[in-house]
Order: sequence, then structure tokens, then C-alpha cells
Amino acid sequence: MSNAATQKRALSAVLWDYLTTVDHKKVGILYLIGGGFFFLLGGLEALIIRIQLIKPENDFISAGLYNEMITMHGTTMIFLAATPLLFGLMNYIMPLQIGARDVAFPFLNALGFWLFFSGGILLNCSWFLGGAPDAGWTAYAPLSIQSPGHGTDFYVMGLQLSGAGTLMSGINFLVTIVSMRAPGMTYMRMPLFTWTTFVTSVLTLFAFPALTVGLFLLMFDRMFGSAFFDVALGGNSVIWQHLFWIFGHPEVYILILPAFGVFSEILPTFSKKRLFGYSAMVFATFLIAFLGFMVWAHHMFTVGLGPVANSIFAVATMAIAVPTGIKIFNWLFTMWGGSIVINSAMLWALAFIPSFTIGGMTGVMLGSNVADYQYHDSYFVVAHFHYVIVGGVVFALLAACHYWWPKMFGRILHEGMGKLAFWTFFIGFHLTFFIQHFLGLMGMPRRYWVFLENQGLDTGNLISTIGAFFMTFGTLVFLVNIVYTAIKGEKAPADPWDARTLEWTIASPPAFYNFKQLPLVRGLDPLWIEKTEGNGKMTPAEPLDEIHMPNGSILPLIMTVGFFTASFGFIYQTDHKAWLIAVYAGMALAIGCMVIRSLKDDHGFHISKEELEREAD
Amino acid sequence: MKGWMGKTKALLLFTMLTLFLTACGKENLTALAPKGYGAESSMNLIILTTLIMVGVFVVVMIIYVIALVRFRRKKGQEDYIPKQVEGNHTLETVWTIIPIVLVLIMGVPTVIATFDLADTSNASEHLNVEVTGNQYWWHFNYDGEEIVTSQDLYIPTGERVYLNMMSSDVIHSFWVPTISGKMDVNPENVNTMYIEAYEEGVYWGKCAELCGPSHSLMDFKVIAVSPEEFDQWVSDMQAVDPEEEPQDTVAQEGKELFEANNCMACHAIGSSPAAIGPNLTNFGDRTTVAGILEPTKENLVDWIMDPESIKPGNKMTGAYPSISEEEANSIAEYLLQLKPSEITPESAGN
Amino acid sequence: MSHDHSLNPKTMPEDPAKATMEGKHKFLGLWFFLGGETVLFACFFGTYLALRNSTAGGPTSQDLFGLDLVFLMTVLLLTSSLTSVYAMYHMKNNDFKKMMLWLGITALLGFGFLALEIYEFAHYISDYGFTFRSSAFGSAFYTLVGFHGGHVVFGLSWLIALMVRNAKRGLNLYNAPKFNTFALYWHFIDVVWVFIFTVVYLMGMVS
Repeated sequence: MSNAATQKRALSAVLWDYLTTVDHKKVGILYLIGGGFFFLLGGLEALIIRIQLIKPENDFISAGLYNEMITMHGTTMIFLAATPLLFGLMNYIMPLQIGARDVAFPFLNALGFWLFFSGGILLNCSWFLGGAPDAGWTAYAPLSIQSPGHGTDFYVMGLQLSGAGTLMSGINFLVTIVSMRAPGMTYMRMPLFTWTTFVTSVLTLFAFPALTVGLFLLMFDRMFGSAFFDVALGGNSVIWQHLFWIFGHPEVYILILPAFGVFSEILPTFSKKRLFGYSAMVFATFLIAFLGFMVWAHHMFTVGLGPVANSIFAVATMAIAVPTGIKIFNWLFTMWGGSIVINSAMLWALAFIPSFTIGGMTGVMLGSNVADYQYHDSYFVVAHFHYVIVGGVVFALLAACHYWWPKMFGRILHEGMGKLAFWTFFIGFHLTFFIQHFLGLMGMPRRYWVFLENQGLDTGNLISTIGAFFMTFGTLVFLVNIVYTAIKGEKAPADPWDARTLEWTIASPPAFYNFKQLPLVRGLDPLWIEKTEGNGKMTPAEPLDEIHMPNGSILPLIMTVGFFTASFGFIYQTDHKAWLIAVYAGMALAIGCMVIRSLKDDHGFHISKEELEREAD
Repeated sequence: MKGWMGKTKALLLFTMLTLFLTACGKENLTALAPKGYGAESSMNLIILTTLIMVGVFVVVMIIYVIALVRFRRKKGQEDYIPKQVEGNHTLETVWTIIPIVLVLIMGVPTVIATFDLADTSNASEHLNVEVTGNQYWWHFNYDGEEIVTSQDLYIPTGERVYLNMMSSDVIHSFWVPTISGKMDVNPENVNTMYIEAYEEGVYWGKCAELCGPSHSLMDFKVIAVSPEEFDQWVSDMQAVDPEEEPQDTVAQEGKELFEANNCMACHAIGSSPAAIGPNLTNFGDRTTVAGILEPTKENLVDWIMDPESIKPGNKMTGAYPSISEEEANSIAEYLLQLKPSEITPESAGN
Repeated sequence: MSHDHSLNPKTMPEDPAKATMEGKHKFLGLWFFLGGETVLFACFFGTYLALRNSTAGGPTSQDLFGLDLVFLMTVLLLTSSLTSVYAMYHMKNNDFKKMMLWLGITALLGFGFLALEIYEFAHYISDYGFTFRSSAFGSAFYTLVGFHGGHVVFGLSWLIALMVRNAKRGLNLYNAPKFNTFALYWHFIDVVWVFIFTVVYLMGMVS
């Protein structure tokens, strides 16, 4: 009885701890939980789509619901699953890799998470309030303007909220990497995952504002009667496409660069060899990011931009193959001459190379705009971007989970279940998507609710749906593995993989201040250097002294509640002006929190030297 | 286990290859067996880029497999520490230069073909058709010919036909995979593309830009007939008398009902360019009802009785008073006897 | 002690705004933020340029814009940027009173600019019937200029909050970075206005 009460209290204490936390590790875990939840939701939507397409002229779901399904699948997977999961990893791992005790703006970090999460919840509220958005995840105007009901309004406000959160995290990571590296951690000694976090953050910073603007225009057209996309009043719907893809293409690299970073950590660790061509890898990352901003119009080859624009964007797009090729070969030669250990983390990394290469190949093929006149908006494109995003990003997330799980949770994921999940998911993935290249060329456009009989599309779609069930099974096994590991998993030492970078020098999971004494970094792969040339331990760069830490705060959550309420007000004020009260109340709450935050001095707290000495190493 | 992986892959590849070789899809829908100028231009580049890319993939896979087999840790090697290689300038230069060369090999023909397909300078010397995309049907107005059709676009083989395309509502995309790649149909500007079919045939067209619930049901046909047959079709269509009374009494009744229910407010019969709903001049020759159903009387009656159940979100639903099955039957009878030309989809070998 | 951040001429570091870790972070973070803001405004400018002739039969830019009012607005905002520089100069000299004085002048100039902008919008609406809903041009104009105006409002609120909050506390290492980041933000608003002046008003009157 009393035991249960204590447990209850302990549980609410943990809950309160997470609601008020500003610790980058806890925020990272929150991101993983939130992103993981939306990943499952998006996966469920995908499964429903594939069931609808299992046979010709199926009526499993209605046409309208199907469009809601594809819209929410795309939006959820990109904005609410892949991006936050990666940001969660960056949040947790990057400060550890550079030897920092937290990120530069812990408060903003928490706010960023809550904004993302509330945006996702808001978007999904639409399911229960008259229907989800149905104009595709790209929300092309004028379809998105004409879309009835409030679905698209939820899309606009939900993405605006989560986009603001993502932008904040981007700025936070940039400042952290620029000014919080441990002594000796020069830029060219940073692990590749940190480098890709840096470049991704730059991309986030410059790409998300374009989406913000696009969403504002859409919001004004839908809610306040402006005429940006209203042809009758001189509007132009192609502006939306430009703004969306000026954001949307860099977003692809926001997703894939951290994935590259993950593989650049895992492949060297399990090949027992340093990353081949480190500086070329860094350079290629920058080049991909730079070119990533130059190619948005390759999503618009059929819009009618004219041959000059099409040619320029075609050649620029193909050029991205060069730095990407550099990366692939560098990974191959990292393995070459190594001593390769294959476990579940490494399996995902190994599966990534051929899978992603196929996605990259079709990317170059799509870059040839004349060929693209056939591929565009067909299942070929669907196949291509799933090869890149599942074969690249999702594989990276799963690899990263197996690799860093011991660091984050102190337990090692079960190897057998890891392998079972891998093989079913991997086979299912190729089964689902490889055939779609051909479906596209056989004349099946994307976003088709039904395909007709006798069009030669039956077999391909059936195979694809079977594959989707394999992937579902793999995902379920992974979930079971997480639960099993939490209960009975093998306890992890500080460095279970014989790894190379700073995060493996501290306990699993790390103390809340990360490093008791900041480490002195002597080169690339600092831990490996100490293992091979030193005594296997980092030399401290400072004497043991008190540590300054930020205070937790509930304000980010309350502020988010304010924005969330205001968003509802914006959406429904088109029906009744009384809803403006929600707008004002919500904004007042959010701004009130901002005022409290800026007027109340918050100097944080200090962990005393004695306390640190008491803690065992 | 790796053997298993290899076998699975081989099996997968083999399956795909068989599927690919035995069925490139339906012959009048697939892009893989082009029968028109645009589709052929695209196919040439598809083949070129695919060959180069498969070449790259093979190289990657060879290195990958060798690395995996040769350098996998074996029993007793647990303490072996490989040489820590920083990089290799020669190698890195090689895999930078070769892709650049490959990009050039693909880029130059791409640019040439782009300008070729975008060249509309001779449009005035050829047949021009004004194409309007609507939720969820297509309107075709033959410039200077006083011919208007919808859903079925008749063109002569071996000649370029210029399509000047615009949307009346949201963005659509005009795609006839076997003849040509696609181009968007925008609400704010006219996009021009040309198509040229090499062979007679009835080619399937699709809308390729999400345009609402019935996006997947916005099919149309391009019917390519010989130039002589096309000329015949043109003169037949020009000779249509919209007022002509049908022979059959049921059809006569249907015509009266068609007028009484004010169907003509949206559906023109004859060459009126108005296009609120599809033009029905040669409805009896249409390949489909509503773009997707077999052209039978039963289907047409179903469509007239309840279009919403066939094409969700269409604009015809609710635009007219409810109609009894008998009335619908008469109207169907009337519409299906609208066969102004000897040139029909059968002439194209359908 | 290290936790005591209040300043006097003896403990005064070279640059109080960047003397602490937090100060450096704030400064750097704001610079990055302004990078993002640049893209934001670039997109609004792009939209405006694409739609500035889409008047749909309504008033055109030549009908609407007059140089004198806009010139006055420009002078006010540019001067306010200069006065904020003076304020930061006095901060580095640890002269809190003068800093507050110049910040006060900055705020007044900012309010002057804002008043003129509100007058300008009211004038267009009442005299020309030119609104946010008139045409695509109207939507683009009010959105671009209005977002800038919104930034001015935010900047002024920020400034007033800082001044009220710190009026009695004097300068210290905890609030110096806050003043400094405000000044940087204020300059950015000014730069955006220079572009609006050129692209919207000057180009609008010529073409």
C-alpha cells in the first residue's frame, strides 16, 4: 500500500521532471518519444494506403478519406517523425560528442520540443474535428485554398507551430557547436555526426523561413481573404510551389545529412578503422548543403518554367551526385581493410549503402528533366523518395537507436530481435518500393485512390502491399525489443562497442552534468587516441570545480499551451468571431510567459565541488 | 546468413527482371514502349541515365561485397587493430572526376532534348488544340475548326499537334505516357506542349497532379487515326446538326428530357466553346462513360442517376432535379445515338 | 565573487555585452536568427515582386505611393538606428543614464515611424479603398510592409520592457547582453526598411 503510494509519487515526480526539464538529454528523449509516436501513426496511415491499393478498384476507404490519409502520412512522416527523431538524436548526442554540459539555450531547447509536439497534436486533432487536410503534404494552391472544412487550416497552424520549434533548435545547435566545444575540439576534430548536425542546422535556419512565409500566405488566403493564390484577383499559385520547394528541397538534406552523420560514426566503429577521407566527407557535406539550395525547381519541371530554367536546374541536380558519390566511396573504403563486426546496428548501416545508392541513382535519373516528364508525379517518384527517406533516414534512425541506446538508456537492445526486425523490415522495404519504379513507368500516377482493372498494374500493387506488411512486422518486433530491453536488457558499460568519440568516455546513461571535468581533446576520435596512445582515459582540461547548470522551467510548456489555444482560435474564427477570444487569450498567455521569462532573473544553480567529489566515477 | 542475404537479393532481382521483361505494362498506357515523339525523347534519356547509373551501382556493389567478405572479422581476430588510414588522394580524385564526367554525359543530351521539346515556334503551322482541365474531365477545343469535344482527343498520326493548356479550377497535369511526358495545366497561364503519335491507337491519358477526391478517375483518351481518317472526322464533326431529331422514339423522348431538365446549361452538343460540363457532340462514340466506365447504357444510367457514387466530388452532382430510372434510360438512349462520324475509336484499332 | 555581475569602472570588462558565456551565446544566436529572418523577408520580397503588377483593376503602386511621407518614415527609422548606436557606445563606457536616454530617444523615433505607417495604411484604405483583399498586389503589399511593421512593434515592446525592468538595477553583466542584442535586432529592422523603401516605394513609383 505505502509502496504503491511512493511509486505513484515517484511517477508524478518523473513526469514533472520531464515537463519542466531543460536538460538536453531529457529533451532529446522527449523528442524520441514524440517522434516515435508520430512515426507509428504515419506508419499506420501508410498501411491503410497500401491496403486500399491491394487490388484494383478497391473500396476499403473512400476517395476523400484516402486523400486525407496520403496527406497526413506525408506530413506526419516528414515533419513529425523523421525531423524530430533526428533532432532528438542530435539533442542527445551532439553536446556529448563535443564535450559540452548542455546546449547554448536550454530553455529554448525545451520550448522547441513543446512547440513541435503541440504542432503535431494540433495537426492530428483534425481527424476528430471534421476531417484531416486533404491537399497532399505539398498542399499545392489552389487545391489547398479550395479544400473545404478546416483540414488545411489545421495543416497550416500545425506546421507553423512545429516549424517554429524546429527553427529554434537549429539556431540552438549552431551556437552550441560554435562556442561550446571542449578544449582541443577544433572544427576539424569534430565527429561527422556533429558536423552534419551543424550543416543541418544551417539548412534549417535558411530553409524553414521559406515554409513559414508560404504558410502565412496560405493562412491569409484561407482565413483572412487575401488573394495570393486567387487567380481572379491576380494571384499566382506557382508562388506557393516555389516557396514550398525552396524549403522542401533543403528539407530533404535536413533529413539525409544527419543520417550520413550516423553512418559515418557506425561504420568506422564497427570496422575498427578511422573514417576514410574525413576532410573530404566534411567538404562533401557542405557541398551537398550548398547545392541543396540550388535545385528546388527540379520538383517543378512540368510546371512550364521554360527550357532555360529547366536545363539549369537539371544540371545542378545531377551535380549533387558528385559529393554524394564521394561519401559512398569513402564509406566503402572505411570498411576496406578494416575488421568488420556485424551486429544489428551495423546491419542497418550495411543495408543502407546499397539501398541508398539505388535512391541516389534514381535521383540522378529524375534530374534529367526530359526523363522526368515521364517520372514526375508517378509511382517512380514515390519509389525514389522512399528509397532515400526509408533506405537512408529510417535505416539511419534504426541504426542510431541500436548504436546509442546503451548510452541513452544504459541497456543494450536485444541482438536476436534486432536482427529479426532488420531482416523483415529490409526485405519488406525492397518488396514494397522496388516494384513501384516500374508501376510508375507503366503509367500509374501517384496519389491515386484507385487504379482500374486491366491496366497491367495489379501484380505490382499486390507485391507492394505484401511488402508493407513485412515492414509492419519488423517495426512491431523492434517495439517488443524496446519493451524487453527496458525490463530485462543487458546493462551497458560506458563503452560497449569499443568506440572512438567523446560520448563513450562517460557513464551510460551520463550524469545530468555530462562531464565532471571537461576533457582535453588531442585529435580526431579522441577516445580512440587515448586507447591506442594513452591510458584509455581522457585527460581533464580543468581542475574539479563547481558546475553551473540552468534551472528547469514549466514556462516552455505553458507558453506552448498559449500558442496552441491561439491556433485553435485562428482556425475557428472563420466560423464565428467569438473564437477570436481564444486567439487573444492564447497569445496573452504565451506573451505573458515570455515577459515573465525576460523579466525574472534566472541565474541557474551550481553543483558544489564536494557534491561532485562524492559521486563515484 | 550473408549467403541468405545474397540469395534473397538475387531472387528479388530475378523476379523484378522477369516482371520487367514479360510485362512492361499495358501497351497503350505504359511509358516503357513509347509510340510518340515526346515519350521517345524521354525514353532515350531514361535508357541512357539508367545504363550509366546501373554501371555505377555495379561498381559500388563489387567493392561493397569484396570489402564485406574479405574484411569481416574472423574468429581469433578480436584483438586485431587495422591500420588507421586517413585517406588516399589519388582514389578520392578519381571518384570525384569520374562522376563529373558522367554528369556531363547525361547533362548535354538532357539540355538538347529540353530545348527540342520546348520549341513551340512552329505552332501556327500545325493543328492547335485548346485543352482545359476541369474537376474531373478534359475539354478540347480545336482552334479554327469549330470542333469541340471532351474526354476523347482525336489527332492525326505522324503530325505534331500543339496543345495550349489551361485549367478552369485547380492544377491538373496532362499525361499520355505512351505518347508523351506530362505537363501541368495551371489556372493562371497557358502551357504549350506538342504531341505526336507514331501509330494509330487509343492511348490512355491520366491526370498527374492531385486535384481532389476523384483525381484518380480523371482519365481521358488520345485517339490517333490516320491523317485521312482525321480529315474525315473533322468534316463529319463540322457537319453536326445539334437540332437533329433522333430516329428512335425513346431517344426522342430522351432529347426532350435533356432539354426539359436544362442539361444544356452545362453540356453543349455542337461546337459551342462553352465548357461548364463536358461537350456531348460525339458521345455515342466515346470510349468511356465519365472517363472510366465501359460505354454501356447501364453504366450511363447509373451515372445519370447518381454521379457522386462514381466520381466523388464531381460538379454534376446536385446540379439537376432528381431523375427517375426510366427518364435516365431515355436520356441515355438519346446520348448514345449521338454518333456523328464514321471515324470512331475502332478506326484507331481499338 | 564570480556570481556578482554588477559593474563599476574597476570591474568593467572591455565589452560588457560579450563578457559572459551567456552574453556571447545571445549575440551569436541573434546573428543566426537574423540569417533566418533574412530568408523570411527575401521570400516576402520575392512574392511582392511577382505580384506587384497584379492589381486586378484596383489601385496601382503609381496611384498610391507618395515620396514625402515615406521619406519622413525613412529618416525617423534610420535616425533611431543611429541613436541606438549611441546608446551602445555609452553602455561600453558604463554610463547607464546616458544609455537609457539614448534608448528613450530610439523608442520615441520608433513610435514616430509606427504612427506614420499606421497613418499611411489608413490613408490607402479610406482614400483609395485599397485593402488587403483588393488584389494580389494589395495582399502582397500589406503583408510585406505589415510584417516589417510587426517587427517594429515587437522591437519597441522589447525595448520598453528592458528599460522598465532595468531602470533601477543599473548595468550589469546579466542585462548588458540583452540591451546589446536588442540593438542588433533594431539595426536589422532598419536594413529591411531600406530594402522596402527601394523595392516597394522607389521602384513602385518608377514603373
